[in-house]
Amino acid sequence: MSELAIERDIDRSAMTVSDEVAIQITKMNKWYGSFHVLRDIDLTVYRGERIVIAGPSGSGKSTLIRCINRLEEHQAGSILVDGTELSSDLKNIDKIRSEVGMVFQHFNLFPHLTILENCTLAPIWVRKIPKKEAEATAMHFLEKVKIPEQANKYPGQLSGGQQQRVAIARSLCMKPRIMLFDEPTSALDPEMIKEVLDTMVELAEEGMTMLCVTHEMGFARQVANRVIFMDAGQIVEQNEPEEFFNNPQNERTKLFLSQILGH
Amino acid sequence: MSVMTEPPSQGFRLSQLLYDTRYRSLTIQVVAMVLLMLMLSWLLSNVIHNLQELGKDFDFGFLWSRAGYDINQRLIEYNTSCEVNGEIVNSVCSHARAATVGILNTLLVAVLGCALATVLGVIAGVLRLSNNWLVAKLMAVYVEGFRNVPLLLWIILIFALMTESMPAPRAFRGDTPEASMILDAIAVTNRGIYIPGINFASPFFDSGYLNWLLIVVVLIASIYAITLINHSATVKQEATGIRPTTWYINLAVFFLPAGILMVLMGAHLNFPYLKGFNFTEGVHLRNSLIALWIALSLYTGAFIAEIVRAGIMAISKGQSEAAYALGLRPGTTMNLVILPQALRVIIPPLISQYLNLTKNSSLAIAVGYMDVRSTLGGITINQTGRELEGMLLLGLFYLVTSLVISSAMNFYNNSVKLKER
Amino acid sequence: MSETHAQTVAFVRETMIPEQEPPLTERGVMKWLRENLFSGWVNILLTLVSVVVIWAALSHVLPWAFRGIWVADNLNQCREIRDATYGPGVAAACWAVITERWPQLMFGFYPAELYWRPVLAFIVFLVAILPVLFTELPRKMLWFSVAAPFIAYWMIWGGSLWGPIVVASGFVLGFFAFTIGSRVIGNLVGVLAAIVLPLLYWLFLAGSLTDALSSVLPLAIEHVDSKQMGGFMLAIIIGVSGIILSLPLGILLALGRQSDLFFINKVSVGFIEMIRGVPLIVWLFTASLLLNYFLPPGTNFDLMLRVIIMVTLFSSAYIAEVIRGGLAALPKGQYEAADALGLDYWKSMRLIILPQSLKISIPGIVSTFIGLFKDTTLVVFIGLLDPIGLTNSIRATTDWNGVYWELFVFVGLLFFVFCFSMGQYSLFLEKKLRREHR
Repeated sequence: MSELAIERDIDRSAMTVSDEVAIQITKMNKWYGSFHVLRDIDLTVYRGERIVIAGPSGSGKSTLIRCINRLEEHQAGSILVDGTELSSDLKNIDKIRSEVGMVFQHFNLFPHLTILENCTLAPIWVRKIPKKEAEATAMHFLEKVKIPEQANKYPGQLSGGQQQRVAIARSLCMKPRIMLFDEPTSALDPEMIKEVLDTMVELAEEGMTMLCVTHEMGFARQVANRVIFMDAGQIVEQNEPEEFFNNPQNERTKLFLSQILGH
Repeated sequence: MSVMTEPPSQGFRLSQLLYDTRYRSLTIQVVAMVLLMLMLSWLLSNVIHNLQELGKDFDFGFLWSRAGYDINQRLIEYNTSCEVNGEIVNSVCSHARAATVGILNTLLVAVLGCALATVLGVIAGVLRLSNNWLVAKLMAVYVEGFRNVPLLLWIILIFALMTESMPAPRAFRGDTPEASMILDAIAVTNRGIYIPGINFASPFFDSGYLNWLLIVVVLIASIYAITLINHSATVKQEATGIRPTTWYINLAVFFLPAGILMVLMGAHLNFPYLKGFNFTEGVHLRNSLIALWIALSLYTGAFIAEIVRAGIMAISKGQSEAAYALGLRPGTTMNLVILPQALRVIIPPLISQYLNLTKNSSLAIAVGYMDVRSTLGGITINQTGRELEGMLLLGLFYLVTSLVISSAMNFYNNSVKLKER
Repeated sequence: MSETHAQTVAFVRETMIPEQEPPLTERGVMKWLRENLFSGWVNILLTLVSVVVIWAALSHVLPWAFRGIWVADNLNQCREIRDATYGPGVAAACWAVITERWPQLMFGFYPAELYWRPVLAFIVFLVAILPVLFTELPRKMLWFSVAAPFIAYWMIWGGSLWGPIVVASGFVLGFFAFTIGSRVIGNLVGVLAAIVLPLLYWLFLAGSLTDALSSVLPLAIEHVDSKQMGGFMLAIIIGVSGIILSLPLGILLALGRQSDLFFINKVSVGFIEMIRGVPLIVWLFTASLLLNYFLPPGTNFDLMLRVIIMVTLFSSAYIAEVIRGGLAALPKGQYEAADALGLDYWKSMRLIILPQSLKISIPGIVSTFIGLFKDTTLVVFIGLLDPIGLTNSIRATTDWNGVYWELFVFVGLLFFVFCFSMGQYSLFLEKKLRREHR
């Protein structure tokens, strides 16, 4: 695994964790049919935290973060995002979705829209922001992810790394308070992973609350303030990165770390 | 179990009907259902009102009354008058009987058409991929020509070709006739084609079609026996590694039982011959049937050719190369590697072409072939004034037919899908 | 001698071999002939059979066609000219029937001095469809496309200009009702308002409004009855309006068939299967015989309008299946990304899903249109004069009694040109889409 993807020094001045609760998950359970995917998940995320969720495939880590913006429905327990409970109430769902940004493994940019249109679509139609203003915001974030010159191209004309950075910018345009990353670098060629990770580091440096499902252990070590290890639908272990990597407690964690870092 | 704190119960609010995902879908469905019911009841009340105004009722009793029109092409007994051997038999002359004759005629031309269309389509599809430039281009002309011109035009054209360009039966008369029969057995005239028929000297049943039914049953049994033989050959191959040669046994099993049965029934050919100004004996295939059959087959064949071509092209060259590299011979490669994959691509659209052909057979109206639309949906409606009932039954017939065919297709699709895993 | 010959171990080329011509059998016409026509005895046989078939067909058709007589008043005159030129009994086409009657085959019994109107309507239609087919064109042209159906209607049927304008304003009303309603109260209310208000307007207000407006300012051109229309014009009117009108319904049905809502799903499936299970000709008879039963007593309207309604319902089921394919072809991530951004169902359909799946569906829609266009010939059985019906009525005149092949060839060729070029366009689109998706 690319332990050394991030080469520069990280500015930790703005990375502060406040006492304010951003996400509160209590006794959350989810089933696919009779298959119990998530079991009694308890998780509190404070504003400003950078959490990396790791675990073997099929452990439910993607499902967990997809539950947070209701791409998947949980069947028991509760999820509170910024104090709003995720229930079957559509108004709450809409509110939470517009406050939580999500970045997917396969980018999921809209291929029929230009980069700029991708970024302004939701602000215009969901937040009802005037087009001019939305475009200005979009250009601001495109500059931030360092691809303002591609604004009028279509997603198909960009490289994978560029597309993923656009996807991040698209989420940021909604001015989210929380960002979810679902294996953002897994579908990328090795040489493009770095540019996406850099963008994510910058985001962390600005104090964004982030939940990342990722296999980038370098990112976890250097950026995260907490690493969560999941297996078989449960949170098996969570700790500060230093402790987590150097002194894992659970056998499953040890096994996983030895497999992923061992060679 | 720890006691979980219940979320503060808010009670049911009306707005939840719209904004709660649990109720929202229900609300939408109920609204949709109410709207649909309103529309249907509006239509129904209009129908009732209109029927009253016209002094009509809704009754299928007309089916059992005497039809009294002639159907020149029929597979089962049907009389215009209700007398059979001096007895009044209502069942052979009713509108229901006429409809049945029509249904059988529809099915007849559909089955004949599907068979011929498949043959034409497979040949044209394969030849269009041939290395031979001339043949490939010829087939392209056939396919594009038929696909891009309305079927109705082809039916009328072929019908006109039959009636206008073929010699009249009297042209076959005299010492030096203008036209002559093919092999002294088949006469192509402007009144239709006369071919030899098969008669039974000592039939098992009085009504002719039962004898044929018996032969068909025997043939189906033979086919089943052949699958058993092949299965046992496979079992032997799996046990010993050597596959016994079965093709001559298969041939014998297919032909012998039916052949013996036909000999027992005293089957003999019955050649058509010229008597007076027309041909008698043999089997008279009317122009209407021929034109409809040929046109449907050529038209659908063009579509099937495209399906076959696409199916073959869908199998990558790598598949046959891999099979050759493993040492399989071309024939075995075709049977075990290419065909199973190609058929999976070909059969679903092929069956929907069969469906199209069956529906298109309703164009029989153009040449006066007495299919179910012409009998039940045509003359019967005109005679009885029962448009509503007649069209309903007609629609139902087509709907059931296509549902049967498409469920057969779904069955096939599912069985193929299962094999994938 | 040493153990190994020096040359077998190391080798250095000193002169390069220049490129050489292949042997005679491997190039030019010879190679082409051998590879494409005469490789192996099967191929030789096939070539011979094809040559025989082609010869048999062309040797009959070509002389007949080329001897054709182009100027004559009737079939007998045609035959006299033929006998005089080629001798009696020689096969020769009588193309004179086409030269004399082609306007009828194109326009039916539309008044000859008004032929420019349907032609203009057709041009309007072509211009309107350009921005849909070629996405490079400026998007503003779509406004013309929206107005085009009303212009084309007015051109073809004539009458007062106010009729189409009043009807069109119903759609504008619906649009405003939707935007205002959905902004102020909610989407569902907006949709309901957009359906109910225009319906009320058309039912109760439109008629009197048209009369009032046309009494103030007539703005009318000569009215043409739909009984007078026929030929290819009829086929195009029915085919084009059937496809265009069936698009919205087809989209709704496709969405319904994809829906998780049990009732809506089952109703859509039931409707689609019912329509597709029964042949068009039965539906056409239903339109001509039964439609009146389902409408309030006393309603009686134009047969052509009834046919268009039926054809619309018919093709909507086929269009729905095409669009369903397009919807299914979109990756699930598109739906998820739209959800994650907070777009609701209709917004994500309108902005994300439908634009993409409709684009994928265009080849299928074009093929459906080709099928429908060919099927418009079936209207002959309920008494409308399509091109094939007109060949019958031309043959029924004393002048041209007995003319078959010339008319069939003409009608067939026109259909072929139309359908084949559309088919090629759809193929081109499919290839283009495949390139873009790679």
